[in-house]
Amino acid sequence: MVERLLMKGNEAIGEAAIHAGCRYYFGYPITPQSELTAYMARRLLKIEGAAFIQAESEIAAINMVYGASAAGGRVMTSSSSPGISLKQEGISYIACAELPCVIVNIMRGGPGLGSIQPSQGDYFQATKGGGHGDYHLIVLAPSSVQELVDLTIKAFDLSDKYRNPAMILGDGLLGQMMEPVQFKEFNKKSVPAKEDWALDSSKGREARRIVPFNLDPNELEKLVNKIGQKYQEIQKEVEYEVVNIDNPDIIIVAYGIVARIVKTVIQKAKKEGINIGLIRPITLYPFPGAVIEDIASKVEKILVTEMSLGQMVEDVKIAVNGKAKVSFYGRTGGVVISPAEILEEVKRLLK
Amino acid sequence: MKKVFTKPKSLTEIPFTYCPGCHHGIIHRLIAEAMDDLDIAKETIGIAPVGCSVFAYLFFDCDMIVAAHGRAPATATGIKRVKPNNIVFTYQGDGDLASIGTAEIVHAANRSEKITVIFVNNAIYGMTGGQMAPTTLEGQVTQTSPYGRDSKTMGMPIRICELLSTLNNPAYIARVALTKPAYIVKAKKAIKKAFQYQIDGKGFSLVEVLSTCPTNWGLSPKEANEWLEKNMIPYYPLDEFKCVEEVS
Repeated sequence: MVERLLMKGNEAIGEAAIHAGCRYYFGYPITPQSELTAYMARRLLKIEGAAFIQAESEIAAINMVYGASAAGGRVMTSSSSPGISLKQEGISYIACAELPCVIVNIMRGGPGLGSIQPSQGDYFQATKGGGHGDYHLIVLAPSSVQELVDLTIKAFDLSDKYRNPAMILGDGLLGQMMEPVQFKEFNKKSVPAKEDWALDSSKGREARRIVPFNLDPNELEKLVNKIGQKYQEIQKEVEYEVVNIDNPDIIIVAYGIVARIVKTVIQKAKKEGINIGLIRPITLYPFPGAVIEDIASKVEKILVTEMSLGQMVEDVKIAVNGKAKVSFYGRTGGVVISPAEILEEVKRLLK
Repeated sequence: MKKVFTKPKSLTEIPFTYCPGCHHGIIHRLIAEAMDDLDIAKETIGIAPVGCSVFAYLFFDCDMIVAAHGRAPATATGIKRVKPNNIVFTYQGDGDLASIGTAEIVHAANRSEKITVIFVNNAIYGMTGGQMAPTTLEGQVTQTSPYGRDSKTMGMPIRICELLSTLNNPAYIARVALTKPAYIVKAKKAIKKAFQYQIDGKGFSLVEVLSTCPTNWGLSPKEANEWLEKNMIPYYPLDEFKCVEEVS
């Protein structure tokens, strides 16, 4: 039997990473994810051959990730919103060089220095590229501490599979809360061999070059198109959860901690005779547009709730494509949305 | 007939892309000679910078990666921590190392990462067309110091070797020049020593090479060498600044 442990979200991510064979972590302290950096220090500094470095900056940390990944290491960095902004140049290089790594963003209120309270304001940055140039991250959005574990492990596997950086997009609430978690036996086969591309000793083979640029536009176009084709393939990794979607009065689309809150709303609404359905994207990139489009032809009203001014709602509108009325309700700045206010908004829409 | 002079094995067949009189070519050759002498090319991972020497990734016959501007010491750190048995070197210019990448070089040196840094100081930005570098001399005219570098508003040129030598942990720090054969012999020795320090696990090593940029200095190759000797060496003295024999 697999043991159940009570763990804080941030620490659960760290243990999941180590469970998945991550032996290299480079990071910089920032609230509300600092426990993760500290956890990696505690664990990795005791593992022979592993490396933990508290980098001089977020910028240095992501460029250490770039080097470690190029050398074939299973590697992770983590931060919170302002720190993730600092990493964007490096993330763009990693995407261009087609290197795998996991980046954790435990979002806090923004813009600017913002707040240290939970937020979902980095959806655009995470799902639309974030740094310069044509690229996407694989973006996974957990909504419980158990999912922080499962999706962190999955992020390493997807990242290695597609040689593309993957992001865990959580928030300060998920990072700080404690829940029971289980670590299933880890399938070591999911760590692929990297001998055919990683930098190493070049004995017996041609020297290898990892080059995230090409001054010939036609050649760079070829590379970007190749990366683009990869994004088409990645679409098949789409994952989502649906709750109560048979014949609902209204569908709510929400991800992460907000989806968790919506599940409470569904129970409360039932008692009042209101039938709410939920679509929860688990992968934000690739986005589960097809299931949303499908449901849009069966309901009149769709409500998107986020802890932002409204970011994912744009992708929902593209998926719905005019087939249903899409409304938005959000709180921002680090304010956690309450079940009562979502229910009130549902009632207003159904009037 | 006996061959007395040939291309080092650690360089590829690809011709250099550098301007006449530029020292990058000599520096590349010295690094490759050192790699040949120490027989480390097959174990070496090099990090090419952004700037004129971005194509260094094509010139060295070892595994190479191109780093973001200024970030080579961080990238090198990541590589070395995963592959501690490989030899890792960065090749960086003055804008790269002493301006945008100041934090990375200071902290890589302070952690005494077991990497070798070849720092090319030509007192100007080359590839972008001759702008002021952190190492541009006082009064020196560049595209962005058109009336000469004014130390009151633009700061004084930064002496990287001296600055890094204030740190406790770096193992080997030296400055060399290439304007005459005797200097080139010394430069080769310093570069080889820097790699040897890494091989021996002694810690961080850096060789600053004073270099010319005839194109952006607006001088002939010969005049550029003379200008370097007359103006740069007095401000940037050639020396071994740090030479730690034992690892503490």
